[in-house]
Amino acid sequence: MRRDVFQAIADPTRRAILSLLALQAMTPNSIAEHFDSSRQAVSKHIKVLTECELVKQKQSGREIYYHFNPQKMKEVDKWLEPFRVKWEDRFKQLDNVLKNLKNKKT
Amino acid sequence: MSNKQTTISKDAANKKLIVVREFDAPLEEVWRAWTDSEVLDKWWAPKPWRAETKTMDFREGGFWLYCMVGPDGPGMWCRADFTKVVPNKSYSGDDAFCDENGNITHDIPGMHWDSKFSATDTGTKVEVEITFASDADMQKIIEMGFEEGFTAAHGNLDEVLKK
Repeated sequence: MRRDVFQAIADPTRRAILSLLALQAMTPNSIAEHFDSSRQAVSKHIKVLTECELVKQKQSGREIYYHFNPQKMKEVDKWLEPFRVKWEDRFKQLDNVLKNLKNKKT
Repeated sequence: MSNKQTTISKDAANKKLIVVREFDAPLEEVWRAWTDSEVLDKWWAPKPWRAETKTMDFREGGFWLYCMVGPDGPGMWCRADFTKVVPNKSYSGDDAFCDENGNITHDIPGMHWDSKFSATDTGTKVEVEITFASDADMQKIIEMGFEEGFTAAHGNLDEVLKK
């Protein structure tokens, strides 16, 4: 299975976990309390998020805290960039078409 | 030469991509460019592709069948089924990949389009909302855009180098 940012954010539960962690670092237990799914299911999601580095863990005494890693999230925007290039290209062609339509009329 | 910026935002929670762009032309002309296949063929396909219309029936219930032709010959066939048309204002439709007779193939995800047109002080604003059936579909289409985007970028580069 691929472990990348896009895989990670494709799941609604994982997106919800990210939104929680964006506000504050949390222990696995406190994360799990926000969801109806089993603790096991939630920790699986956390594992995916950790593997793709969207989330980092830090030991604090006996507890593990999970932190959101915004740096990694920026990859998502980079990923959209070529999609934007495709549309830009298309629209530049349309600009020319519209210009020609205008020229024909005058 | 207009310097209009294309903005693309994603609404991952609602499985949507929203593309907004302004054009330096009156509303009726921009509307025609998006809905008349003769004009669409001139710009719809990103380089090095071009769109070739086989049939176009722009009305609610009608569809547009066209082929993306590349440097190596005919590529993918696509059809857009129009579900709602409000002239000079908006139209909605479902896009899918298909064979040359318009039979939809399901290995590449389809998407739903809502396009809105409005006059501005300087031209016309077009807003396209693309909705996907699932997160996975959205991811797949963006990944395809990724590849095409690269090709398009190279196409632009060629043009620059020629000058």
